[in-house]
Amino acid sequence: MSFNKISPLLVLVVAVISAGCGKTETQVAQPKDAGELVVKIGASAPLTGPQAHIGKDNENGTRMAIDDANAKGVTIGGKKVRFELLSEDDQTDPKAATIVAQKLVDAKVNGIIGHLNSGTTIPASRIYSDNGIPQISPSATAVAYTAQGFKTAFRVMANDAQQGKVLGEYATKNLGAKKIAVLDDRTAYGQGIADEFVKSAQASGAEIVSRQYTTDKAIDFAAVLTSIKGKQPDLVFFGGMDPQGAPMVKQLRALGMKTQFMMGDGGYTPKLIENAGAAAEGTYASLPGVPLDKMQGGRDFATRYEAQFKQPIQLYAPYCYDAVNVMIAAMQQAGSAEPAKYLPELGKVVHDGVTAKIAFDEKGDLKGGAITMYQVRQGKWQAVETMGGVAPVATH
Amino acid sequence: MDILLQQIVNGLVQGSVYALVALGYTMVYGILGLINFAHGEVVMVGAMVALTVLQILLAAALSPVLAVLCSLMVAVAACMALGYGIERIAYRPLRNAPRLAPLITAIGVSIVLQNLAMMIWGREYHAFPLPFSNGLHELGGAIITDVQIAIVLIALLMMAGLMLLIHRSRFGRAMRAVAENSSAAALMGVDINRVISATFMLGSALAAVAGFMVSANYGIVHYYMGFMLGLKAFTAAVLGGIGNLRGAMLGGVVLGLIESLGAGYIGDLSGGFFGSNYQDVFAFFVLIAVLVFRPSGLLGERVAERA
Repeated sequence: MSFNKISPLLVLVVAVISAGCGKTETQVAQPKDAGELVVKIGASAPLTGPQAHIGKDNENGTRMAIDDANAKGVTIGGKKVRFELLSEDDQTDPKAATIVAQKLVDAKVNGIIGHLNSGTTIPASRIYSDNGIPQISPSATAVAYTAQGFKTAFRVMANDAQQGKVLGEYATKNLGAKKIAVLDDRTAYGQGIADEFVKSAQASGAEIVSRQYTTDKAIDFAAVLTSIKGKQPDLVFFGGMDPQGAPMVKQLRALGMKTQFMMGDGGYTPKLIENAGAAAEGTYASLPGVPLDKMQGGRDFATRYEAQFKQPIQLYAPYCYDAVNVMIAAMQQAGSAEPAKYLPELGKVVHDGVTAKIAFDEKGDLKGGAITMYQVRQGKWQAVETMGGVAPVATH
Repeated sequence: MDILLQQIVNGLVQGSVYALVALGYTMVYGILGLINFAHGEVVMVGAMVALTVLQILLAAALSPVLAVLCSLMVAVAACMALGYGIERIAYRPLRNAPRLAPLITAIGVSIVLQNLAMMIWGREYHAFPLPFSNGLHELGGAIITDVQIAIVLIALLMMAGLMLLIHRSRFGRAMRAVAENSSAAALMGVDINRVISATFMLGSALAAVAGFMVSANYGIVHYYMGFMLGLKAFTAAVLGGIGNLRGAMLGGVVLGLIESLGAGYIGDLSGGFFGSNYQDVFAFFVLIAVLVFRPSGLLGERVAERA
């Protein structure tokens, strides 16, 4: 009796397993016909939630690079290639990011551009690493991302250690801050950059008079800022992104505080100025790389981006553009779009991007990245000074 | 000392907003015994509508004061229509269903409204264009802005008006009657459906005003701003004793103060073990504490008082 019951089930199980095996054997992106090779690029960033505008900006930058490559007619290993973009929403949520990562892996992407935040990039990177899929994050800056020993993890942006050091030195030496209050949003990025900032500022002799925290969903900072106000700092540093930065600087000024306000790369967006209004005036933020308008390719990129998407670049679109192109360059060097074949080339590739000359060190970090300080002056981000590392070759 | 005073001012401003939103929860609960979890979303819709109208009117170069008043009025009207619609579509067909059914519907309505707002207004943060400069005033060492003064005053006025309406008007008497015993009220000739619809509209009008206040204060509007605010206001309503109008007002202000003082001092008090990022957690500590130790809330015992 029981055998009769089990056997159809067994047959089914065997069938499913063998079907599964069959699938894994068909390799990634086999040519559909002899002429064309389809290469799938997976991209992930928050497309909903408070950072949706930055996530969409990432997607736009990635899409532009892919459209450009398709228009140009890239060939890899003598075959004409068509690139496809698979864009997924990770909601800035580490849990959602791992689900998205698995989904992209299951879709057999050839490479990943993402994620946007360190908090999502780090958990997702394990999944990409386990499946041997190269990942280039355009914007994850937490030191931990490339320190996990994953061979598949790369980034085209200076990390928090590099950036926090420059920010801390700028705050103390250039702005002369002696008493500093530090806030962060408790994400991998915010916490990382704030900690590096603290280290650097203390090394330059400043005193951290207050260390406060918020979340990446909050918009009310009155209580925290009031307690900071009691410590009378010369400068307030916030490790976080613009959805919090804008109301924070606004509430800072509404409390009658005239201290300097500084953020990392998460603050360098037109949205920060738009949402904080006059309160944004004088705010400092950093961004790895030299100013886009100093790079020939950067100027072109900005013009074309604005023409195509009818809005200014928010933040990381140029880095996404570079990340895709670096990946394609590695594929071309290897003569293959198969992850296992082009991964070794990714570590060796040197690419003249729109943000910098891109080459990776042995950990997958960007080699010798310059960092530029910006300040809001007359309602616009203006480059103040480019510092740190070896400045990439600017092609004027 | 002036820091403590500043935290109290912050708490009062925040608390006034909570109180206005909490009134919406408590009125509906008083009458229907239903927690309208979509109420926070009504606040958000109010803010969004006000934003759109304000943008249009300012672009048309209307005088700032007129533009603000018009946008507030349109937002109130839109929210009243929305409140009526929610009750008519989502709650009335389930009025005699098991209590869990309308609760689940309420959460559904909340999700639908959030996503609709995301589709209509987009998913980014919008700057709320306040057409006049927001002056700072010093009050014994604490700083308070024009907008914050307006928030506290308007909230007080609205609450006073609501109390008058409920305790002095014919309609208010009908509301109280329905709250106490709806079938008996129906037998006495009270049109229950009308009273319930009106209650929803009244609550939604308050929510629209609250939405405008929050947006003006933070200068920022986005599609899920109502979610957390709704939960906090719900907590405020429970803290004061859900179903009790005065309780909702008291609960709102008390919760605002607890949050402000808590976030301001927890870091120092716990030696840095807890940080101010726990600000949002206080509301829910309070919720749990109230439910465990005093489920009827601060002013909850006078059931007959509920509206």
